[in-house]
Amino acid sequence: MKSTLAISAVIFTLGFVTLPVVYSDSDFRWGKMEEYGQKSTGVAAINNPVYKEECGSCHMAYPPGLLPASSWTKLMAGLEDHFGDNAELDAEALQAINAFLFANSADQSDYRRSRKFIRSIQSGEAPLRISETPYFKKEHDEIPDRMVTGNPKVNSYSHCNACHAKAEQGGFNEHDIRIPGYGRWDD
Amino acid sequence: MKKSIAIMASLIISPISFSMADSQTVEKLVQAYATEGVITADAAQGKRLWNKTFKAKGNPVERSCASCHTKDLSAPGKHVKTHKVIKPMAPSANPERLTDVRKIEKWFKRNCKWTLGRECSAQEKTDLLLYINNPTNF
Repeated sequence: MKSTLAISAVIFTLGFVTLPVVYSDSDFRWGKMEEYGQKSTGVAAINNPVYKEECGSCHMAYPPGLLPASSWTKLMAGLEDHFGDNAELDAEALQAINAFLFANSADQSDYRRSRKFIRSIQSGEAPLRISETPYFKKEHDEIPDRMVTGNPKVNSYSHCNACHAKAEQGGFNEHDIRIPGYGRWDD
Repeated sequence: MKKSIAIMASLIISPISFSMADSQTVEKLVQAYATEGVITADAAQGKRLWNKTFKAKGNPVERSCASCHTKDLSAPGKHVKTHKVIKPMAPSANPERLTDVRKIEKWFKRNCKWTLGRECSAQEKTDLLLYINNPTNF
């Protein structure tokens, strides 16, 4: 009888200890919202037609709140060789897009997920790929390759919207994830 | 016989003044390229260029316009790297095409550099424009 009580007490305590750990892996957090940014879930949506047109013709128009301004500066300075493609812009479009990217970059953003990207990047670093940032890697480390790079309907981590249905609107909530051929993803 | 060859030749290599361009934008651009020294416009040559593969410097694979846009200009294409769907190029299938001079010049610049490894000449652009404008005839 005593031992049953003791075991129950241990299970009860463990439950309390593990509960917050389990929850901390989810998108939902209690309290301390300021630390994660004032605005909940995701990053700011794109509201710039020039950006959508110029950058969204060849690939998904990535929300600027996924990278710091230093990354965008570096990227925009090398458009003649944009990951192997030529993506040159005329002076007018370049200026408009630069202004939009800097004003909405992750370090300027109040969105929770933008803050997470920023916090994961060491100061002085300017990653060119969103998928190279530590926060991105941490969020995707449990996904087997066969679901992404080995999945013909996804192919690459650069195709955010293949699984994140609301990616172009800045929504990356885990409840909106549908991996083609596999369905919902819950971690 | 000689006459029919002459007629055929004139159909294939039509002088600029006979340009079949039915869109004002295409007309305007073809005229502009003419001032850069283009004397003949040849859509069949444009078609050959469209399908010709190039291995641009620093590019590990051979590429042609058709790699992304496919050989059928009235069908949608797919970017070889990003897999993003590209709307059909032929104005008959996509009326938005060839209506904006700035857009045309932008894509000529980007895509010629990416595919050919250099900018296209005024002659090449003239030929390509006429082909894209009316691909089913060639």
